[in-house]
Amino acid sequence: MSWEPVIGLEVHVQLSTRTKMFCGCELSFGDPPNVHTCSVCLGLPGSLPVANERAVQYALKIGLALECELAPRSIFHRKNYFYPDLSKGYQISQYDEPLCRGGRLGDVRIHRVHLEEDAAKLVHLGQSGRIHGSDRSVVDFNRGGTPLVEIVTEPDLRTPEDAREWLVLLRNTLRQLAVSDVNMEEGSLRCDANVSVRQAGTAELGTKTELKNMNSFRFVERGIRAEVERQVGLLESGQNVVQETLHFDPQGGTLTPLRSKEEAHDYRYFPEPDLVPVRVTEEMVAAARAELPELPAARAERYLELELSADTARRFAYRPDLGDYFERALAVAAAGDGADVSAQSLANWVAELASQLDDADPAESKVAPEALARLAGLVTGRGVTSAVAQQVLGRLVAEGGDPAAIVEAESLATIGGGGELEETVRAAIEANPDAAERVRAGKAEAIGPIVGYVMRETKGRADGGQVTRMVRERLGV
Amino acid sequence: MTLLALTAAQAAEQVRAGELAPAELWEAYRERAAADELNAFLWVADEAPASPADDAPLAGVPFAAKDLFCVRGVPSQAASRILEDYRPPYTATVVEQIVAAGAPVLGKTNQDEFAMGSSNENSGFGPVLNPWDRSRVPGGSSGGSAAAVAAGLAPWAIGTDTGGSIRQPAALCGVVGLKPTYGACSRYGMIAFASSLDQAGPLTRDVTDAALLFSAMVGKDHCDSTSVAFPEAVRRPRAEDLRGIRLGVPEELTSEAEGLEPGVRENFEATLRLAEELGAEVEPTRLPHAAHGLSAYYLIAPAEASSNLARYDGVRYGLRVEADGDLVDMYSRTRAAGFGPEVKRRIMLGTYALSAGYYDAYYGRAQRVRTKIAEDFAGAFERFDFVVTPTSPTVAFPLGARTDDPLAMYLADYCTVPMPLAGIPAISIPNGLSEGLPTSFQIAGPAFSENRILDAAYALEQAIGFDGSVPR
Repeated sequence: MSWEPVIGLEVHVQLSTRTKMFCGCELSFGDPPNVHTCSVCLGLPGSLPVANERAVQYALKIGLALECELAPRSIFHRKNYFYPDLSKGYQISQYDEPLCRGGRLGDVRIHRVHLEEDAAKLVHLGQSGRIHGSDRSVVDFNRGGTPLVEIVTEPDLRTPEDAREWLVLLRNTLRQLAVSDVNMEEGSLRCDANVSVRQAGTAELGTKTELKNMNSFRFVERGIRAEVERQVGLLESGQNVVQETLHFDPQGGTLTPLRSKEEAHDYRYFPEPDLVPVRVTEEMVAAARAELPELPAARAERYLELELSADTARRFAYRPDLGDYFERALAVAAAGDGADVSAQSLANWVAELASQLDDADPAESKVAPEALARLAGLVTGRGVTSAVAQQVLGRLVAEGGDPAAIVEAESLATIGGGGELEETVRAAIEANPDAAERVRAGKAEAIGPIVGYVMRETKGRADGGQVTRMVRERLGV
Repeated sequence: MTLLALTAAQAAEQVRAGELAPAELWEAYRERAAADELNAFLWVADEAPASPADDAPLAGVPFAAKDLFCVRGVPSQAASRILEDYRPPYTATVVEQIVAAGAPVLGKTNQDEFAMGSSNENSGFGPVLNPWDRSRVPGGSSGGSAAAVAAGLAPWAIGTDTGGSIRQPAALCGVVGLKPTYGACSRYGMIAFASSLDQAGPLTRDVTDAALLFSAMVGKDHCDSTSVAFPEAVRRPRAEDLRGIRLGVPEELTSEAEGLEPGVRENFEATLRLAEELGAEVEPTRLPHAAHGLSAYYLIAPAEASSNLARYDGVRYGLRVEADGDLVDMYSRTRAAGFGPEVKRRIMLGTYALSAGYYDAYYGRAQRVRTKIAEDFAGAFERFDFVVTPTSPTVAFPLGARTDDPLAMYLADYCTVPMPLAGIPAISIPNGLSEGLPTSFQIAGPAFSENRILDAAYALEQAIGFDGSVPR
């Protein structure tokens, strides 16, 4: 029996506005505790929230980028529960009338997008680092009241890898919108996952669990994988999955249930009477739209017109860092270094660079887009072979510099059809008499060892096609 | 003594004419307030304020603020033990505006804890006594402000009204109380009871003072997004008659009202006759849902209060009762020790009304009733300029008379609760005595009709000629 995971994500994004969601305190990261606070974000008696217009605009940009329906009128609710990181005893959030509904990013449908405020940061002193079993806890309200956008997907993801990949896509899209620092380690991007499994081919959903505290892309994948395995294990041994919230421990990679006290809440939502409804005018939508960069879907379309393969177009559109780098290199190539590099072959080199960089942003590497464009030009113009170009790229990644200069200094240029190559081909045939005999006898595929000999001798600088032609000529076939 | 007999507006005029030194006025009232025997004050200023600017409209006439108004560095406790000696780092917007208009803060007045009550007996710092009869309550929740003004301990005062907390104590103490349109005055810095109902307003010796103090309180505040700009200047009332004014008398709140005392009814009818003599047309009308006002109010207000009072958890300020490191235990002990019984009752009611599975039946339904009440008023205002009722069904009742019967206590707000539910303004003016105690007349109008309400109240006030001097 095969099991199919069903995964939905709830992503919290800290907006990079200048001030907090409901007061004028500056946002900060890493400042001394409790320096960015006021009567509002400390929940002092008599204080009142006022919604941050800029945060609304950022949320509208996100809604537009995720192709959501924007509500002309939405309201804030109070989500009531007691916890020391919550200064008012409630969080101001959106409930049944959110700012954005519906939408899509890549293959994943968006359920809703809403605005809320972040809680303060609790630091538990003691061994466990969690509230239970700690001796003392202290609260830093610098973070309290930071604008948050919560993005909830439909349960459209099917593997832990897909979940991670989609989260990277979301991160990149948000980064492109310039609405957040989207840094998982610093907590400006946080992801919870709802996970269930079902028998492949069935439509009914299994009992889901909620996973929290997966604070890196890797942990999201690992956490979900661990939970899928746990659920499959339970079901295969005839047990049931219990609906609960699980805490991911990055050290051991294990999942432990949160104590029921931490999750058994009746939040007693009701409309926040201290705030007026958020009214989104056409002007606000137009202003948000005007600030939108090119979105992945449109970008993919444009790349297809450049005759990139569908896969590459999609990848570069959804990885704007790769797309941006590619476009800079393409501009250099088009400006003309002589060689006519095709967009697809240049794209292949960008992809090769990304893989050598372990998927880091190439713009932050030592390889200038100009250098990559020139390298691709050398290959297309047969100035170097692909094999040599790979080596040169390795050098560029390590040290930077100009590919032509490296080729020159290391004498890596492709060896042409002159006497040197003729001599090497002759030596290769001599060294492989059996192979030569079989080629003469019509076994074309037996040429391998002879060509291999030449490539070894020339350290890959010879053009494979040319060498083959020369060998066959000399053997008279 | 003549100095203390001046209304605030008269005192302001004398200050501006150079006939009265603001320091003399301050000292006279400070002495009175410090010698308070009614438990009306919880704090009295001892530092003399700076002299007012020459053109300051309030001309240095000091005012008393209900305890729940935050004043920087001054105890602001909403008369709750959970905020005992809490001194906020900022000042409420309306207090700032009044101070900026030239009136210094004389003191903080006692109230029902978190404004929950109609007799001032729910204060964490003891009940306020009614200056007309010290064995009786002054009404609530702004009982300290009403008693202080009635007893001449302060020239004027501010309070807050959620279901009648300005008008009902004003009525029981024989002073004027105005509950403005919701949003007319900023709520920023007012310790919240029920956010969608709370509204600040003046308690004064006469209607002219009410208009003058109110004129310094209105305005859009960027710190309160539910506040709105008052659409016109607040005028000094001058109307001498009520010609062309149509008064609607809602039967639900008058002839059909239970528990309306005969003396209150007689004075109300006498005032209606007086209004007719002044040229008003008086006719009965219906507010079909008004009778459900109390039911709706006692769901909506406690629901909001249960959430507004969640912040008093012992973590950041106010009382904390330690509990061996257990967080939930600390919360419980702190709140058990810090809140009085009425506050706890309302937190329980409100928590229940909002809980999953009950929301629609209670909170949701109460909101629909609220909408109906607002529609009833809107309908009445198509035919009438104002709706008029007695303010309180009874005169001031004896201390302790209703403390064991919360429902009887809640009935004290029967006539005042519908207006805040509809967000509309209403004034209470004294209209006579019954058994030696003040009775009152309430005038309610459409949103932002305060100028017209004040004019009508002024004309009636002149005709009634109520003698506000309390027996000694």
